[in-house]
Amino acid sequence: MIEVQHLTKRYGPVTAVDDVTFRVERGEILGFLGPNGAGKTTTMRVITGYMPPTDGRVIVAGFDVFDQAIEAKRRTGYLPETPPLYPDMTVREYLTFVARIKGVAAAERKSRIDRVMKRTWIADMAGRHCGKLSKGYRQRVGLAQAILHNPDVLVLDEPTAGLDPKQIIETRQLIKELAGDHTIILSTHILPEVAQTCQRVVIINKGRVVAVDTPDNLTHRLRGAETMYVLVDGAADATATLQGITGVTRVAVADRHEPAVGYEVESVRGEDVRRDIARAVVSQGWGLLELRPLRMSLEEIFLQVTTEEQVEKPAAAGEVAS
Amino acid sequence: MTNVLAIAHKEIRSYFASPIAYIVIGLFALLFGYFFVAILGWFVDAGMQSAMGMGQGAPNLNQQFIRPLLLNTTVVLLFVLPMITMRTYAEEKRSGTMELLLTSPLTDLQIILGKFLGALTLYAAMLGVTLLYIAVLFVYGNPEWRPIATAYLGLLLMGGCFISVGMLISSFTRNQIVAGMLTFGVFLLLWVIDWIGSFAGPTFEPVVNYLSITQHFDDFAKGVIDTRHVIYYVSFITFGLFLTAKSVDSERWRG
Repeated sequence: MIEVQHLTKRYGPVTAVDDVTFRVERGEILGFLGPNGAGKTTTMRVITGYMPPTDGRVIVAGFDVFDQAIEAKRRTGYLPETPPLYPDMTVREYLTFVARIKGVAAAERKSRIDRVMKRTWIADMAGRHCGKLSKGYRQRVGLAQAILHNPDVLVLDEPTAGLDPKQIIETRQLIKELAGDHTIILSTHILPEVAQTCQRVVIINKGRVVAVDTPDNLTHRLRGAETMYVLVDGAADATATLQGITGVTRVAVADRHEPAVGYEVESVRGEDVRRDIARAVVSQGWGLLELRPLRMSLEEIFLQVTTEEQVEKPAAAGEVAS
Repeated sequence: MTNVLAIAHKEIRSYFASPIAYIVIGLFALLFGYFFVAILGWFVDAGMQSAMGMGQGAPNLNQQFIRPLLLNTTVVLLFVLPMITMRTYAEEKRSGTMELLLTSPLTDLQIILGKFLGALTLYAAMLGVTLLYIAVLFVYGNPEWRPIATAYLGLLLMGGCFISVGMLISSFTRNQIVAGMLTFGVFLLLWVIDWIGSFAGPTFEPVVNYLSITQHFDDFAKGVIDTRHVIYYVSFITFGLFLTAKSVDSERWRG
């Protein structure tokens, strides 16, 4: 449903997103996890057609977001980090305006707005001015705005940021309910959020994709095993040899740099298999071009992400105050 | 087209939801009223003199009252129109609603035309209020309506030029005050650019005079619709909106 291919975005000399590739299948919830400033918002802005990519392309529901922008945007709903509300409109006026520009047929508008307001629990706020809403309600009106035209794809940028715990639970529940009809990408820098709502996770750091996996697998990979990256030259297939080393639990081909092949070697935690790998490769007469632990970068980010959750509460409180 | 109207409708709504529309219309009506009274005083004076046999025939209501009145009115536009245009883009950028507009299935052109139409409608409402003063003239005098109609058409076109420049400047910044001040400065410059016409040398004099927005208005005020002036105004507006489109697009690339 969403295909991001080699996406790169530069702001002058700064590279915000660097060669990011992933895809999201229909009906799936994909979590976009990374510390602040990792490039999550930039990636989402390209997916929603807010800004064009410097390089690479993004295809949403079969339409290129740059070349067929209008068609792609028709099928995309977007909740930016700050909900895009007009403070002097009431909630109903605002949603009516959004329905008009999103191309909801005039006859359907009222029933659609009523349904969406009920779904996001804002029906009792219909007559209230958007500028006078609390943070939690603003977020919900933002969500209502995003799903109003029943888009195939929903892009949610930190949908639970600044909400109180009860609202967070409700919002996550709502997102899960929406997943059946919509394909969802949501970004967050909170680890448990991903574990609870998403089927798959893309971890991004400094503009690069660090890992793509299910939350369970990620946890397993992180907690239960260590992973090495081994680049071997001269071997047709080194899988069996690497598998034979004691302590190694899994070997997979990571990438190919012909004629060299890169492998991901997983081993039992606490056992350093680097010497054995080196010895095994060299004794076969192959060239060992690279041998480095993969876990470090992933773990670092995970640490960053998990520790940030504790900091999250006061930060969110500050946001409301401002 | 429906998208353009949706944006225009939203713009008009937000003008009237905030104090801007009321201040702009009220201020304009007040100043217009002052001009009306002051110039009427001169006109009555001139009438008395001609009645006593000192002037050169009875003064013409259209040429000697309405024309100077509307020419002076254009000064007020310099102050009032920046208030209308300064928020068009600056406010959307500041509040983040630009993200909503740019990720909706709208083209940049539709957004720009909608905003232009919204601002122009408020401006037309502003002018509409002044028609009440003109109506008084029809009650007590016998003015010709055609020159009045062409003068108002001229005012509308001239205001359109100012609005397109104002929107362009608003698209440069997210700060309304900055947009407002810059717009006012540029309007003033466009207003007085023909002052240097006489020293600009034979090559530049016609150029400078041609650029002056107000020079083109004079014929409209006299009751003449000259296609040269219409083309000038329409191409000015088109160019202003085109540059606004480019400005919005370049901001997209820069992020």
